[in-house]
Amino acid sequence: MSETQTETQTETAAEREAALGGIGCDKQRKEDARFIRGQGNYVDDIKLPNMVFGDFVRSPHAHARIKSIDAEKAKAVPGVIAVLTADDLKPLNLHWMPTLAGDTQAVLADEKVHFQNQEVAFVIAEDRYAAADGIQLVEVEYEELPVLIDPKAALEDDAPILREDVKDNDEVGQGPRRHPNHIFNWQSGDKDATDRAFDGAAVTVMEEMFYQRVHPAPIETCGCVASMDPVGGRLTLYGTFQAPHVVRTVVSLISGLAESNIRVVSPDVGGGFGNKVGPYPGYVCAVVGSIVLGRPVKWIESRIDNISTTAFARDYHMSCELAADKDGRITGLRANVLADHGAFNTHAQPMKWPAGFFNIVTGSYDIPAAHVTVDGVYTNKAPGGVAYRCSFRVAEAAYLIERMLDVLAQKVGVDKAEIRLRNFIKAEQFPYQSCLGWEYDSGDYTTALKQAMAAVGYDDLRKEQAEKRARGELMGIGIATFTEIVGAGPSRNCDILGIKMFESCEIRVHPTGSAIARLGTKSTGQGHETTYAQIIASEIGIPSDLITVEEGDTDTAPYGLGTYGSRTTPVGAAAAVRAGRKIREKAKKIAAHMLEVSESDLEWDVDRFTVKGVPDLSATMKDIAMAAYSNLPEGLEPGLEVVDYYDPPNMTYPFGAYICVVDIDRHTGEVSVRKFYALDDCGTRINPMIIEGQVHGGLTEAFAIAMGQEIVYDEIGNVLGASLLDYFLPTAVETPHWETDFTVTPSPHHPIGAKGVGESPNVGGVPALSNAIVDAFAHLDVTHMPMPHTAWRVWQTCHELGIDK
Amino acid sequence: MAKTEIKLTVNGQEVAGTVEPRTLLIHFLREQLNLTGAHIGCETSHCGACTVDLNGKSVKSCTVFAVQADGGKLLTVEGMAQGGELHPLQAAFAEDHGLQCGYCTPGMLIRAQRLLQENPDPSEEEIRWGISGNLCRCTGYQNIVKAIRNAAQAMRQKEAAE
Amino acid sequence: MIPANFEYHRPGSIDEAISLLTEHGEDGRVLAGGHSLIPMMKLRLAEPGHLIDLNGVEGLRSIAEVEGAIHIGAMTTQAEIIASDDLAARCPILREAAKLIADPQVRACGTIGGNVANGDPGNDLPAVMMALDASFVLRGPGGERSLAARGFYEGPFETARDDDEILTALRLPALAAGQGQAYCKLKRKVGDYAIAAAAVVLSMDGGTCSQAAVALTNLGITPLYAEAASAALTGTAVDAAAIEAAVEAAVAITDPAADLRGPVAYRRHVAGVMTRRAIETARARATGG
Repeated sequence: MSETQTETQTETAAEREAALGGIGCDKQRKEDARFIRGQGNYVDDIKLPNMVFGDFVRSPHAHARIKSIDAEKAKAVPGVIAVLTADDLKPLNLHWMPTLAGDTQAVLADEKVHFQNQEVAFVIAEDRYAAADGIQLVEVEYEELPVLIDPKAALEDDAPILREDVKDNDEVGQGPRRHPNHIFNWQSGDKDATDRAFDGAAVTVMEEMFYQRVHPAPIETCGCVASMDPVGGRLTLYGTFQAPHVVRTVVSLISGLAESNIRVVSPDVGGGFGNKVGPYPGYVCAVVGSIVLGRPVKWIESRIDNISTTAFARDYHMSCELAADKDGRITGLRANVLADHGAFNTHAQPMKWPAGFFNIVTGSYDIPAAHVTVDGVYTNKAPGGVAYRCSFRVAEAAYLIERMLDVLAQKVGVDKAEIRLRNFIKAEQFPYQSCLGWEYDSGDYTTALKQAMAAVGYDDLRKEQAEKRARGELMGIGIATFTEIVGAGPSRNCDILGIKMFESCEIRVHPTGSAIARLGTKSTGQGHETTYAQIIASEIGIPSDLITVEEGDTDTAPYGLGTYGSRTTPVGAAAAVRAGRKIREKAKKIAAHMLEVSESDLEWDVDRFTVKGVPDLSATMKDIAMAAYSNLPEGLEPGLEVVDYYDPPNMTYPFGAYICVVDIDRHTGEVSVRKFYALDDCGTRINPMIIEGQVHGGLTEAFAIAMGQEIVYDEIGNVLGASLLDYFLPTAVETPHWETDFTVTPSPHHPIGAKGVGESPNVGGVPALSNAIVDAFAHLDVTHMPMPHTAWRVWQTCHELGIDK
Repeated sequence: MAKTEIKLTVNGQEVAGTVEPRTLLIHFLREQLNLTGAHIGCETSHCGACTVDLNGKSVKSCTVFAVQADGGKLLTVEGMAQGGELHPLQAAFAEDHGLQCGYCTPGMLIRAQRLLQENPDPSEEEIRWGISGNLCRCTGYQNIVKAIRNAAQAMRQKEAAE
Repeated sequence: MIPANFEYHRPGSIDEAISLLTEHGEDGRVLAGGHSLIPMMKLRLAEPGHLIDLNGVEGLRSIAEVEGAIHIGAMTTQAEIIASDDLAARCPILREAAKLIADPQVRACGTIGGNVANGDPGNDLPAVMMALDASFVLRGPGGERSLAARGFYEGPFETARDDDEILTALRLPALAAGQGQAYCKLKRKVGDYAIAAAAVVLSMDGGTCSQAAVALTNLGITPLYAEAASAALTGTAVDAAAIEAAVEAAVAITDPAADLRGPVAYRRHVAGVMTRRAIETARARATGG
């Protein structure tokens, strides 16, 4: 045996496990080394020889025909090289491109514009200063058309027809439609059973709720560098991509270049949150520009362009009814949604789900009958919508059901925590079949809520609230007990452009006992270089410090569907675990050969195989690694390398219990978040420090959405508030202090029981905050207040109640 | 427009460059000096990702012309580590998980460094107010504040020991 | 993001700056802190052909007390205003208001002169200056003159300053005995302009208000001096009735735009709230409470 075996023999299993830096420890992040030194490599840091810069001429109008485009003055600007319009893209058939939703979207406006700031021409210049000058001088003549902003007016007989390009199509990728501005109708549930529940109901409540249009707005905007090598015929595309392989496939399909001749690289990405999933015109124009000019083309969008043109999120006009018995036990749920998709349906979601997983709307509750309808429509607004730090449409669903629980509680006079306890799916009921078709893997909502209530002193808070109300002060307590559905997804019902939503992990162990792993997901700040190393370390017994993790380069990473909708842990980590176990499987054969025993004599002990009953006789993974290249049994191929593609059998269902306390200034409408307590259950926890960071960040995004974010259009389609002057990104001063806690209810179908957590805080945080604010007025019979809860909106409620003086 | 020569000290080194009057300092740093630590996150001077230390002040380098920095003294995140040793703030950010995507981090670090020079023992409230010109979307600020507090303490202890 | 081209000048003296301004007329703009002008240039909402950088001009950065009056050089930054303990003692409203302007980096560059000379109804210091009854020293080719802050603001981005004049200094009274000052600003977040803000300077003499000045930020096309509101406090005990009358008078002159900060009704309502809070705070401070 090797010397190392004797040295480490004296360490206990616990010590060896600690030395691995595997699952469960607060491992400091490997990626930090470059970020804290300012040595990150983001897209705008990339400089290639001969690189040029492109940016857009954009439409000032929301709906207009283009009469003419004159680029002569622009081309005369020193440094301007070319100006592309739709006419230049037509011969390549690239003036339109397919969307991930089965629709088409204009790359450069073809004869008409459909939303303000839509891309009309692409100016390419030696540097961004010349490009900016050129853009100013492109002259576009428009003929304005009537503008459609109100989605409720979209389906009227006299509504202006927006999408002339598809006006004769019976479908735009999502089933039959009934009007040129209609996109899809989607339904889920049993309408008859639901109607019966309502007919017999002792109590019914109804509310209309608008989840406002918002935007993920990561600090880094979208951008790319496209570099076509004219000699080799290979395109390299660096970009802000959450799903690099999907981008490669899409670029191949629309350009005709073979995927083997396309390399997509997502380098360091400064936040995604769903903004960086789908393909944008900027990417296509940069690619075309590079092909045409034979030089690399960089496109980096401005912040205003980012917020006003890349995919928005939400914009769901919802109404919901609950039927219940007199004790508030829900017997039926009806929800209707009008989904405003803007000018093109570019939602980035599994194809068969035009409303995402909105039918998670029964939430954490045991509801026997429900029916949901969603209608998507076109308007003269930016296209979308994406899942902004949530699973697909789950934020909308969670907001709706959590608000409705409070509405119901107020109607039947039951405490808002109590009504949840009465309606919860009980721990014994898992796996639970919801009446809308989902099998929830595991959960224990009652324990979570009770733990949260105890931690905040819930009963004392209600007493305090009563005292404050008697003095005319406004204090609110908000609860959100949400269940998310993440980890898209099983091949039986999830695909993007036909490609199933598996994940992949390739591991190669080197002779001297370290390893490299490559995966099909992509970190945009979640610490994958560290967390995947921890997971794999725990499986193969090599310290996580010696496991290099790579993502984002399609030339080397196995095919994956990317990171969004919290799918990295449920799907990617599962692939990593299974790949690790495959490594161990082969390692066992090698160990048996090294130790001259049979495989059945061996057992795995943290970082080595030992012979049962003879602990001194062992082979560490380190030793096995060398043996894989130098001392193999007959018939076994050399090397220690595997790939695993994981098709998840089910989604996972992380959940949480959040309690929020607010105090409201009735004179100004200002809301102060006094306390926010977030208990999350994401099953097995990989790195608690990173989980806590994700919860802080997600709650802060929820705070931003609930308290101030909105993209507003005036009646002629001008987009208001698209710069950071107005679009609410809170500073450290406004952001509350977050308290975090957890329970652990592992997923029974996941190899290590992990569910994912990155987006839960955004999903649960919004209704917790919103519920707290409405609760502050509940004694005055207020049942709902619209988001965002800007001071002026909250004041309007105070004013209507006559309490603002 | 006629270009002009500028000379300044960046991270202790004398540098020179040729710029248009309208060349923004952030572009001079990133494109000509290849110091890509400072980042661009907006065009309305709100996000602070471009923050550098110019003549002893935290400044948004996207809102300064390079010509205004002529003859000046500039510190960027690339100059924070001395002799291969991380600045206590850099170490604290890593230890306390004060960063996720890393994009706002250079601006945060440089701002925090000047904040601690102005106020070596800031309260949590003072820290939050002190970094209110730097936006972050990933961390929710809580660990950034923790890191700055811990770094401040480490720096005070080190100075007391010296 | 990228401004249009311009020629850059860095004069060493105020006279050189003035002659450049005179030479280039409408096409010339002075550059002080730059954090109002440069963002506008980046969005190409301002395209001056000539920028005259005042940061190299001698003698414009100072805080001094001269015969009971405070003289502040126009190029003194907000950060310097906040840092001066002397100034905080002698004119406390300045530190209070400056801390509510923008964010730390902007305050490191932004100047008191820029903030008052811009004519932006959203800037905070004009109302503070009007409440203090400050005056502005202007220097042009014809020499120097002094204009009162009250009356200086004529329209949005339009002031009584001639195009070829440069604001060089501000003069304001030091805190008098029995005087209290307060600036109350409601905003959506750090860095935002006011939804509504009120500056109040008032003096109490044996239970009676001997002097009062109320001014408002971002509630009209100019910063507003609320003369009637001020008069409604003078000679009173600044009791509930007087405050009510003053608040009503202040709100009456507001004409705010509706924007994403809120509808007009809201802006006017919180104008009243800020005015009330500023009056109550100033009164408490006046009597050492």
